[in-house]
Amino acid sequence: MTTFLQHLLNGIATGSIYALLALGYTMVYGVLKLINFAHSDVFMIGAFSGYYAAHALGLASNPSLPGALAVMVCSMAVCGTLGFLNERIAYRPLRGAPRITSLITAIGVSLLLEYGGQMVFGPDPKFFPQVFPKSNVQLGGVNTTNYQLIVVAVALALMAGLQWIVYRTRFGKAMRAVSHNFEMASLMGIPTDRVISTTFVLGSTLAAAAGCLYGLVYPKIDPLMGVFPGLKAFVAAVLGGIGNVPGAMLGGMVIGLIEEYAVAVDPWAWQTLAVHVGRFKDAIVFGILVAILIFRPSGLLGRYEPEKV
Amino acid sequence: MADSPNDAAAVGSGPSTRPAAEVSRSKGEPVHFAGEAARPAGKPARLAGELELRKISIRFGGLVAVSDFSLTIRGNELVGLIGPNGAGKTTIFNMLTGVYRPTSGQIFFCGRPLGGRKPYRVCQLGIARTFQNIRLFKNLSVLDNVRIGAHKTVTYGALSAVLRSSAFERMEREIEERSRSLLGIFGLERRAGEIAGSLPYGDQRRLEICRALASEPSLLLLDEPAAGMNTSEALGLMATIRRIRDEFRIAILLIEHNMEVVMTICERILVLNYGRTIAEGTPEQIQRDPVVIAAYLGEPEEAVVEAGL
Amino acid sequence: MARPGRRLVVAGAVLAALILLDANLPHLLDPYHFQILIYIGINIIFAVSLNLINGITGQFSIGHAGFMAIGAYVSAYITYYFGPGLLSAEKTGGPPPGLAGEATLLLALVAGGLAAAGAGYIVGLPSLRLKGDYLAIVTLGFGEIIRVFILNIDSVGGARGFSGVPPLQTFSPLRSLFWVFLVAIVTVLVSIRLVSSAHGRAMMAVREDEIAAEAMGVNSTRYKVSAFVIGAFFAGVSGGLFGHFLQYLNPAMFTFVQSFEAVIMVVLGGMGSISGSVLAAVIMTILKEVLREVKNYTPYGIDPRMVLFSLLLIVLMLTRPTGLLGSREVWDVAPLRNLRRRARPGAGGDVW
Repeated sequence: MTTFLQHLLNGIATGSIYALLALGYTMVYGVLKLINFAHSDVFMIGAFSGYYAAHALGLASNPSLPGALAVMVCSMAVCGTLGFLNERIAYRPLRGAPRITSLITAIGVSLLLEYGGQMVFGPDPKFFPQVFPKSNVQLGGVNTTNYQLIVVAVALALMAGLQWIVYRTRFGKAMRAVSHNFEMASLMGIPTDRVISTTFVLGSTLAAAAGCLYGLVYPKIDPLMGVFPGLKAFVAAVLGGIGNVPGAMLGGMVIGLIEEYAVAVDPWAWQTLAVHVGRFKDAIVFGILVAILIFRPSGLLGRYEPEKV
Repeated sequence: MADSPNDAAAVGSGPSTRPAAEVSRSKGEPVHFAGEAARPAGKPARLAGELELRKISIRFGGLVAVSDFSLTIRGNELVGLIGPNGAGKTTIFNMLTGVYRPTSGQIFFCGRPLGGRKPYRVCQLGIARTFQNIRLFKNLSVLDNVRIGAHKTVTYGALSAVLRSSAFERMEREIEERSRSLLGIFGLERRAGEIAGSLPYGDQRRLEICRALASEPSLLLLDEPAAGMNTSEALGLMATIRRIRDEFRIAILLIEHNMEVVMTICERILVLNYGRTIAEGTPEQIQRDPVVIAAYLGEPEEAVVEAGL
Repeated sequence: MARPGRRLVVAGAVLAALILLDANLPHLLDPYHFQILIYIGINIIFAVSLNLINGITGQFSIGHAGFMAIGAYVSAYITYYFGPGLLSAEKTGGPPPGLAGEATLLLALVAGGLAAAGAGYIVGLPSLRLKGDYLAIVTLGFGEIIRVFILNIDSVGGARGFSGVPPLQTFSPLRSLFWVFLVAIVTVLVSIRLVSSAHGRAMMAVREDEIAAEAMGVNSTRYKVSAFVIGAFFAGVSGGLFGHFLQYLNPAMFTFVQSFEAVIMVVLGGMGSISGSVLAAVIMTILKEVLREVKNYTPYGIDPRMVLFSLLLIVLMLTRPTGLLGSREVWDVAPLRNLRRRARPGAGGDVW
């Protein structure tokens, strides 16, 4: 039972990071009907911004909680700007172009960030500093660290904030309108370009936060670190129903848990089935993707809209 | 059905070459459209196929788009389907061609149930269509568009294509000839090499009909073929449509908003409103029907003037 | 059109030319340039096969390296484990008598191709429900999964790599140049002829408008899956050639970077243009070698090529999304068209 809870907590911690990342995919998809391939690399830039900010603020030698907060805010600012520029330079000029053109551009931006990142940051992994003192915590018999708890808390707080923005503010209403019907929204006087820009910025700041949190739990960071978390977060977004904000959160958690339990049952599976389930956890996640897309393309919480003829 | 066993057999025995022969007969002759072409003398009208819709209904979520729609088309009738926007006309086409599946009711074509067949199978059985919002293969040549229309008549395999077998050569030559003569009927033969997307709007609509005819249908569904044309252009097109009907001996079901056009060309008209048939009869009967005038045209005087009645 | 007699003459001339070049070029070129030439051939196969899926049929796949990996590993596995037994090459040391060697090699290459085609079938299935970016992500994930699987198979070396793949001259006096360019010519020929037939037109119809294609009697399911199967087959064969040429394989050779390079070639040449892909494969392969030197001037000595290629991709999309040729072929471009007896509208033509 304790092990079960232990894995549950681990799964939720990873899952909440996926959820933050999935939100970016789902929001951009909502307004643009485009998968932002570069999103996973914004996540990577977020982790690196955090890394450099932490060193600049001297947190590596002198960790503190307010400092950690400052690091995250710095990183969010950097990535927000990056998201803004990304949309302005690479996506906006292609607003009327065929989808495939935008898709290829998005792939190009993703590669540019990954390999440009190698040139700027160096190809070797770096170690995300412990930006605030780490301590062990006992929680109902489960051993954990304050890091894990803070990751979950911060992620939940950000998601609550986003929920508030999307459902309680003027911008949120505009965003939902654009997502529902782009042309109609623009005819109603909603500044669609600004909404899209803001959506990119919002998604990128969440990715930055996810990058910093990821760095706390998995301190080894490198320019290609975004690829797999990005793919999994995308799966999470699809699982929840792409374009659906609560769906992305749910999907992220589910993927995090599945992954954690795949590793957890690995020894048992090896003994009984002679399969290292844990080694194939990435394959399992993709299996889920293909299965959802085939059997329930709308995801868990989404609506499926067939093409109009 | 029971009264057209020959037709069922004819369609069932694979793609017939009858219309091809018709076209190649008229090949090389100057094509003009002075009024309606008479049915070739001495040749009895042949039953091209019978379509029977029995009480078909479709629901999208809570919305009943079409309810209990019944229709029978025999021989080479030319039937009009009219009704205000959103009445369910295109939805009926979509059910007929297998794009949507009716929630209830049955569709029979030449005695065979069509329910659940995929669109390409429906086409192979002899129902071809055009689209309200023109769906040409925009980046392909005009000729290629028509040749793709002839796809169901292709019998050579991929290996034959790669080896350039004599069957391949023969069939390609035949398809090209047939496609060019079809283009001739619509005055498009000189545009054969152009990219379909570059044609003027009216020609795109004509090309779509051409492409549909290339599949040698026994029933042709035309979705607002004259949309965007002025009345004289529209009447010219209708003369062509009628000529096609007579020469190829096919049945035509037509959706059209231009009342003058519909009233001139159709032998029988169905009026649809809110997914229900509210009237059926000859053009004269429809024009006089008070239900139609009230329910469909709204304020009698205004609407009648608007519709050019 | 060519009569059977003329076709045989042309085929014979091409074979003779290949044999002649194969015998002499390795002595005329230094090994480095010869290797580039071979890579050009392999990349032509790789890019053209991807174009069948991406450009002609419009199913955007970015996991093509996965198919290449399968083909490479399966054919190398066959020649490594069964080759010596089949040929008893180790005893004689020289090429085996008769055509047994050639047959074994072809068998291995085709088996690799077929294995990849099987994988193509499996990847093609989701394409029935997925469009555009969704499909792209699935293919990307698939390519990575293939790699993860290979990493975990010990009989082909896992992460250490698979060394000791027998070289092509084990099988035949004919060497790499002959085999690579023979397959390249076959791939291009098959692709062009397919594209300029009703089947190719059906594939393009699916790309242009799936709903309209279905309404015209085109079984879009069949054509989408076929495109994946055929494209994957040739990619698999190119992998087989690659492995036997290098005599070594490693899962790291088949990351998504390789898939993206193929995508860049297809996009640069023009999606839907077979000759464009050939041209782009040549350009990209040479460019990759030319840019190798730049490494000496970048921070950390990082390979800058992916940065440059991704920039190229972005700039291309923003300024000339059709690539070099769009969906036309080289011989459809104005100055060349006049040389042909009769201009044929549509893709391809009777040049072959």
